[in-house]
Amino acid sequence: MNFELTEERQMLQDTLRRFLRDRYDTATRNKILESDSGFSSDIWNELAELGVIGALFTEEQGGFGGKGFDIAVVFEELGRAGVVEPFLDTAVLAGGLIADLGNDDQQAHIEEIIGGGLQLAFAHGEPNSRYDLNRVNTSATVKGDEIVISGRKSVVINAENADMLVVSARESGGEYDADGISLFLVPKDAAGMTLQGYALLAGGRAAEVTFDDVTVPASARLGEAGKAAPAIETRTAYANVAQTAETLGAMETACRLTKDYMLQRKQFGRPIATFQALAHRMADLLIELEQARSAVILAAGHLESERGNRERNISATKNLIGRVGRLVGEESIQLHGGIAMTQEYELAHIAKRIVMADHRFGDVDHHLERFIELSAA
Amino acid sequence: MDLSYSDEEKAFRDEVRAFLDEKLPKDLQEKVRAGGDLQKDDMERWHAILNEKGWLAPNWPKKFGGAEWNAVQKHIFEEEAALAHAPRTVPFGLSMLAPVLQKFGSQEQCDYWLPRILSGEDWWCQGYSEPGAGSDLASLKTEAVLNDAGTHYIVNGQKTWTTLGQHANMIFCLVRTDKTVKQQEGISFLLIDMDTPGVEVRPIILLDGTHEVNEVWFTDVEVPVENLVGEENKGWTYAKYLLTHERTNIAGVGFSQAGLRAVKRIASQEMANGKPLIQNPHFAARVAQVEIDLMAMATTNLRIVSKAAAGTAPGVESSMLKVKGTIIRQEINDLARRAAGVFAMPFASEAIEGSNEALPDPLAAGPVASQYFNNRKLSIFGGSNEIQRSIIAKVTMGG
Repeated sequence: MNFELTEERQMLQDTLRRFLRDRYDTATRNKILESDSGFSSDIWNELAELGVIGALFTEEQGGFGGKGFDIAVVFEELGRAGVVEPFLDTAVLAGGLIADLGNDDQQAHIEEIIGGGLQLAFAHGEPNSRYDLNRVNTSATVKGDEIVISGRKSVVINAENADMLVVSARESGGEYDADGISLFLVPKDAAGMTLQGYALLAGGRAAEVTFDDVTVPASARLGEAGKAAPAIETRTAYANVAQTAETLGAMETACRLTKDYMLQRKQFGRPIATFQALAHRMADLLIELEQARSAVILAAGHLESERGNRERNISATKNLIGRVGRLVGEESIQLHGGIAMTQEYELAHIAKRIVMADHRFGDVDHHLERFIELSAA
Repeated sequence: MDLSYSDEEKAFRDEVRAFLDEKLPKDLQEKVRAGGDLQKDDMERWHAILNEKGWLAPNWPKKFGGAEWNAVQKHIFEEEAALAHAPRTVPFGLSMLAPVLQKFGSQEQCDYWLPRILSGEDWWCQGYSEPGAGSDLASLKTEAVLNDAGTHYIVNGQKTWTTLGQHANMIFCLVRTDKTVKQQEGISFLLIDMDTPGVEVRPIILLDGTHEVNEVWFTDVEVPVENLVGEENKGWTYAKYLLTHERTNIAGVGFSQAGLRAVKRIASQEMANGKPLIQNPHFAARVAQVEIDLMAMATTNLRIVSKAAAGTAPGVESSMLKVKGTIIRQEINDLARRAAGVFAMPFASEAIEGSNEALPDPLAAGPVASQYFNNRKLSIFGGSNEIQRSIIAKVTMGG
């Protein structure tokens, strides 16, 4: 057994933590949150230069990491600092799908992604799909050398900033079938594609994306026709490692801020940390935080396992992080009192990110049911 | 034991329903239902409608222009109003300041200020909390010193969490008038015109992007001595009276019931694996659980309400209702957030203001996550739930 980070990952963690401490303070982040694009291209480029995106791809793909623990290290630090830039959507999801399925021409984009020059989004969820990865109704029809896409995608994160979208669409099969789903690379300026954008509560932006007979060449397809479902599930597993690690980092920040505040805030003539009823609750948060850390290690460590084992661990982790996240989010606000309710105080942003993470890739209940199913199999 | 309402009470409920049906403006109803941000004129409009009917001040005696309802009548009205998505009345003048004036104020103060509350001429806000005095309210520092002529107090200090203070022209404040005695004994209850030079209101933006609270700063503010309520240094007694006697609707039963309806509405529109989410056994169980808790709490509330109607002032029970009531309301907010799934993610104002027609309709779901975060305040303000538990423990176990 060894729960220590490798030397390379330790270095990555140190570098990233130092950079974000110096460059991503609350005032900076608040400015980014209010900006029209919802992200900072300066921060994006500087982090790309530091190797953050490269660490999310394997050596064969042109990066220098790409394993579960590389992703966990990076996202824990991004979460600790409350970073809103779309690394998960550009690199882990859309970029990851290109790396997994793309032909040589398509793979050429990876270098650009790693360098920070390409923004992507993964347009997959639809109005009625909720957290079901196979529920795809958007259609893709082959017409000679071209493919025509029609349908609607919901809450597509980073769609407005993306140079290209990775879009899922059905070429065959019924509404809920895994078989028949394909992925396509669609450029941002494709005719017939419309975006309606909005800000997200936890930072960043998303859009409702409508495809009205959007025509792309057959070469835009990623991988084999109708066979994209396993890759989507695998990449979602990677995204879940990234997101649960990010939430872990955010929870560390929430607990640190709360502990510091309790030591400093005085009521009835003494620090509130000395009230046993409050101190015990802080203790509970710290216990749960260690549970959360272990859960993220479980998910990251099983990312390269066979499907059943991988997914069971992913669902377990997502469920636990969702539960602990709600507890930490709510308790850290309550233990602070009113100050934590104010937008400009760091904890407000951090707590929103922690709680809202449950709304992506399946919530506590979804993954509880999925865990039961996968355990029975 | 009889769990049913009397015939008079049922008739009263019918009357309330008919009134709400006829007089509650549809646009206001829709705004409340959708979780929209009520503007000042929205609230003033509803006050005027209620005032015309004589129902604006349910708990005031008739001689002051109130409805003089008993606790059961008030409860029925509050429940129906919440279910009809009526705006809440703004409590600061109506149910916080007015009872204090009626009990401790002079005849002149009652004659002057009370009609202005009903007519909407004054918009009051509350100056209790300070940055260093939250749950420990008695440690407040805002100071009022009588000038040499004895005509004015000079007020200096800072109040915070002043709800809707941006709309107010008047603020009632607890101020320190004697620093030499025990904390609770040197506090006075003062009425301050916010147009007086030296008063400054600064907004506090909450985590869901709303502006409902403020900081209020006082720099050498001159307040006429006639604006002192009751006796100097007796303000703590008045403040406590306000807190223990006028906590109507502390359990928020009507809001929880309306919230639960919203959860069910969202969950029947939102699809999970091809079926409405409300049919998912796991989600249905969570909804059932909180509904069962709410049924019991509504009954606890009625037990206390009927005791109060019989003339017994609630003591520790109001603390119990506050704790349980807020837990249930927050649980319902959490369920609404979860029910909305990915559509809880957009920032509320984008969804509410109709600027984003692309969002599909469970997207009445739009504001649910914002409401979830905004209502974290329920267990913090008005004496945090921790303080309430301490009160319950102290009253029931001594110490």
